[in-house]
Amino acid sequence: MADTALVTDPAAGTSPAAGEVTIPADELPFDPSLPWQKSASVALRPEPFGALVYHFGNRKLSFLKSKPLVAVVKALAEHPDVPSTLRACEVPEAQHPAYVTALATLSRSQMIEKRSTP
Amino acid sequence: MPEQTETETPAPAAEEVLVEDSLVEEVSIDGMCGVY
Amino acid sequence: MTAVLPPRAPAQRPTGGKLIDQFEYGLDAPICLTWELTYACNLACAHCLSSSGRRDPRELSTAEAEGVIDELQRMQVFYVNVGGGEPTVRPDFWHLLDYAIGHDVGVKFSTNGVKLNKARAAQLARTDYVDVQISLDGATAEVNDRVRGTGSYATAITALENLAEAGMKDFKVSVVVTRENAGQLDAFKALTDSFGAQLRITRLRPSGRGADVWDELHPTMAQQKDLYQWLLANGDGVLTGDSFFHLSAFGEALPGLNLCGAGRVVCLIDPVGDVYACPFAIHENFLAGNVRSPGGFQTVWQQSELFADLRNPQTGGACTKCQHFDSCRGGCMAAKFFTGLPLDGPDPECVQGYGESALAARDLELVTPKSHIDHSHKGPVRGQPTLLGMPSIPPAKICDESPLAGLDLR
Repeated sequence: MADTALVTDPAAGTSPAAGEVTIPADELPFDPSLPWQKSASVALRPEPFGALVYHFGNRKLSFLKSKPLVAVVKALAEHPDVPSTLRACEVPEAQHPAYVTALATLSRSQMIEKRSTP
Repeated sequence: MPEQTETETPAPAAEEVLVEDSLVEEVSIDGMCGVY
Repeated sequence: MTAVLPPRAPAQRPTGGKLIDQFEYGLDAPICLTWELTYACNLACAHCLSSSGRRDPRELSTAEAEGVIDELQRMQVFYVNVGGGEPTVRPDFWHLLDYAIGHDVGVKFSTNGVKLNKARAAQLARTDYVDVQISLDGATAEVNDRVRGTGSYATAITALENLAEAGMKDFKVSVVVTRENAGQLDAFKALTDSFGAQLRITRLRPSGRGADVWDELHPTMAQQKDLYQWLLANGDGVLTGDSFFHLSAFGEALPGLNLCGAGRVVCLIDPVGDVYACPFAIHENFLAGNVRSPGGFQTVWQQSELFADLRNPQTGGACTKCQHFDSCRGGCMAAKFFTGLPLDGPDPECVQGYGESALAARDLELVTPKSHIDHSHKGPVRGQPTLLGMPSIPPAKICDESPLAGLDLR
């Protein structure tokens, strides 16, 4: 249950990537073109409708309300960016914006974090 | 106090009658009744 | 055992939709749960929800308690609220605390502070994944000690001082709102702020000894309204454990699930391993099973008949016809049960007034349900609360573990 600091390096060359979601001014916008992963301090427990996600460090609790989203969160670490993860998990193209929004929410509560390895 | 929040999802294509549900919902660890 | 619950339609879990609609159908494991480690307690609070005082000889052993923790780990219950009685009077409390943390189960424990000396406070401050909650029911000793007993305010304050001095983070002061302290909310906030602690206020239920003092102690309708307004105005940073969801029928919903979690997202494990729907429902009718049975806690949680019934959301009943039902969901099951009201009707403190009408309409001969589970101290107790008019016998010293210490009963 080691605490992992949120990586806060600003993205260089800030041309907005497709599907980028803007969030409050004091936070960096979620960048789906970067590599992400589920945070190390986070435990993920499957539920009939999706999964419960608990962050042992900040004690935030989130519910993922679809099984495919659970698969995406787990698969993030193995792909270079969000779009390739969504494609690998066979998420229909039309739903990609909703998934990016969901991942942006998870990044705000530190459930997912940028990873340093490409 | 951590609040229960819902993500806003963009409206799907015009043919869809129902707006998509948000996929993530946050819950406060202190926000359920029946606990000390 | 299931006869007390109103008839329900067969369960059919919806797909998607709001989270609380999913929760009504239950989860494979609780989100978090309350675990009372012992019925022993150095105090004799007038409103104790678990009627604690005397240790039960059938308490779970250290090994059995470790077994429960192992199960919680397997079930991925990330967080448990430990209480009692006074949990720290169990000699193995500190061992079990470390054991839980070492097995991926975070702990918040609720205490009157009796054991939190400087050394223990320092120990807690350097331990990760543990949270502390000090019980206090008055912003002054005068108000507090009437309900919790002479010296209990001082004990709590000393514990808060020790925690603050040790650099403990995020500890809580938990207050049960009563008719006598409802006017002290600002004072409670100031007090907790002064220690760098977080204020938590919760609802008094007519449970345990609370049933005996309910008429005298539960907030008036006017106080409920003021409380609701106070929460809307000051609620940021004030926790409530979602215990005031019945007040959401006043208007804007308060933060939280706004839902009775009993048997669906929470439950209670009591000191002898009995599993109840919630800590406010320690009564045979809400007993789901025992962790000592084959299959342990997981089997009780997933297969007990009582919990299956609770996860079958009611479709009928007087409350569902009210326009406010979506906000208050009919209120607290335990509050209704212990005041002798039907479970599919209004909460006794229904903000629309339906509860008062229902209480008035009760049979005058009605004997409200009383739990057989009662571990209250039998005889006079040092520092006992004066609320019920019993004379106070001063404690021998503030930190006496036993309220009978040095008491000459001849």
